[in-house]
Amino acid sequence: MSNKVIHAIYNDDDVLMDAVKQTRAAHHHIEEIYTPFPVHGLDKAMGLAPTRIAICAFIYGLIGLSIYTALMNYIMIQDWPQDIGGKPSFSYIDNMPAFVPIMFEGTVFFAAHLMVITFYMRSKLWPFKQAENPDVRTTDDHFLMEVGIHGNEEELVSFFTNTGAVEVKVVEKH
Amino acid sequence: MYTFSSKLKTFSFVLMILGAIGIGIGFMAAPKTIEDVEKLLADSHHDHEAAHVEKVAPHAEDAHVVADTVKAAVAHVADSTHAEAHTTTVDSTAHAVDTAAVVAVAEAPAHADNHDAHTKADAHSHDDHKAHLEHVLHQLQNKPWAALYVACIFFMLISVGVLAFYAIQYAAQAGWSPILFRVMEGITAYLLPGSIIFFVLLVAAGMHWNHLFVWMDPEVVNPESVKFDKLIFLKKGWLSVGRFLGTAAIILIVWNYVRFKFVKNSIAQDSAEDNAPYKRNFKLAAFFLVFFIVSESIMSWDWIMSVDPHWYSTLFGWYVFASFFVSGITVIAMITLYLKSKGYLEHVNTSHIHDLAKFMFGISIFWTYLWFSQFMLIWYSNIPEEVTYFVTRIEHYKLPFFGMLALNFIFPLLILINTDFKRLTWIVVMAGIVILFGHYIDFFNMIMPATVGDQWFIGIPEIGALMFFLGLFIFVVFTALTKAPLVPKGNPLIEESKHFHY
Repeated sequence: MSNKVIHAIYNDDDVLMDAVKQTRAAHHHIEEIYTPFPVHGLDKAMGLAPTRIAICAFIYGLIGLSIYTALMNYIMIQDWPQDIGGKPSFSYIDNMPAFVPIMFEGTVFFAAHLMVITFYMRSKLWPFKQAENPDVRTTDDHFLMEVGIHGNEEELVSFFTNTGAVEVKVVEKH
Repeated sequence: MYTFSSKLKTFSFVLMILGAIGIGIGFMAAPKTIEDVEKLLADSHHDHEAAHVEKVAPHAEDAHVVADTVKAAVAHVADSTHAEAHTTTVDSTAHAVDTAAVVAVAEAPAHADNHDAHTKADAHSHDDHKAHLEHVLHQLQNKPWAALYVACIFFMLISVGVLAFYAIQYAAQAGWSPILFRVMEGITAYLLPGSIIFFVLLVAAGMHWNHLFVWMDPEVVNPESVKFDKLIFLKKGWLSVGRFLGTAAIILIVWNYVRFKFVKNSIAQDSAEDNAPYKRNFKLAAFFLVFFIVSESIMSWDWIMSVDPHWYSTLFGWYVFASFFVSGITVIAMITLYLKSKGYLEHVNTSHIHDLAKFMFGISIFWTYLWFSQFMLIWYSNIPEEVTYFVTRIEHYKLPFFGMLALNFIFPLLILINTDFKRLTWIVVMAGIVILFGHYIDFFNMIMPATVGDQWFIGIPEIGALMFFLGLFIFVVFTALTKAPLVPKGNPLIEESKHFHY
């Protein structure tokens, strides 16, 4: 069983969007799309499941908030209470306004950093990773749509030529 | 073209009539003499013994000169009692605070005595009692005025907030929003009647028909008088009735003029050959936004902050702005959804609603940021003349003061953080009602503590005033919406706005 795919290359994001809609309407399976920049609405046009990273970010934020609350409680209330500006540190709730900026920063720090790390892990990105894009031009100004071939090679080639692709290639995928 | 449904019109009239009755009852029910007050207080004293002690703090305000010092002393005493409870843990700290408390009490010995006398059951002298009654009388007489004032300024500033949002859309040449311009123009129509009524209220204060602004009393800047207040005396260059009304008139006239020109150009653009009216509005928006941010600051000092003439906060203008800006955006979203539910505005889609909801969410967070920035610095530095502002609110307004944080911050944060929720009508409307109520409470908290003290209550005068201005608002806004087509078809960005999807 050969593992052939079509590489249809476009040089404009609007043309790509229309092509994606046509491809979906014709029930061809889009494996992947490589773009030089994020194209608005492409995920919806491709029919990808909505991202769940926002849920992760919310949970990470709560974790950050809890950690920094515990941290400030330990540092400022339990371990070494101090009297700052006539406000002795005897109870967390009475001194909370002073800790709010730290709690806020902790929330943002955890949400942002863990969200980025999660995104990298989900996208299988790490340092020294070999690039996956099949054509170097997708990092410059070209858009590439990869579509699986299931014994309908000629039909697909003519289909994609008609969608405005500047180049249609049949590639053996490993 | 929109037609004002008779149902909604009747509803707005019912609100206005009921509201006017409520306002009337509020004015008639206000006590006329100190005997009335004595009776009122006697009734409530029997109910809760503890309330008596609490009434002492505002009592001292009679002689506005020293009120702040006393409050600071009281606050200090409270602090030190708190610290004493922990003496076993850190001796030296408690000692330091003790000394501070002693100094503070020594600074205002008479008032500390006063405080003690009051706490001991009925040991106070006859004069004190009479002064106290007179003070409560003034607060209760202020109450219907303050209720009217809060509702009036709240609804007027909603239309000002919408005007600022509208000007930002023009200045930024935003492509998503022109489809909503007629809704915004409709809401800003309330600015004219709103500001006329508001100006009448300011004149009423200037004529001494009420005592919303203590600094307006000529006695407080008269060095011979017992009421003489040095701090107000030092500020009298700014705090004078003539300057106050003059500034108010200029600000309101410019705002109304700008609003009039905006709408005129917007209508002219519908049938214009070129984009000249649009360009005029672009320039007008740029001018207005510069004028607005300065005039908005000045108006917030004058119309809101000056009810507490001893107190000042440098970011108060921004804080007030965030409050009515988010209210204005919320009203745009709610009226848009209402019109959409009636079959108008067919080009408005969930992406437009999503954007408005994002603003509701974002400006709610912004409001909280400013609220907290103001609170934390004052709380931390604990300077008596500043901290009294929050001491009064936490002592006597605990529920509205902290409740408003839940309404204006926690609720919008949790409900509007989800992307999909921002596109659901019922979520946006529910969040909108909570935000509007929360920001009414915010304005309530700004005005009431200085004008009615611990005599506040959300009763007939407050709800009546709110209903009256809501009814008037609905009537004026929806009448204005019938005056022009709901789609500004000549706007050069209208096609982009119609096809706004993401």
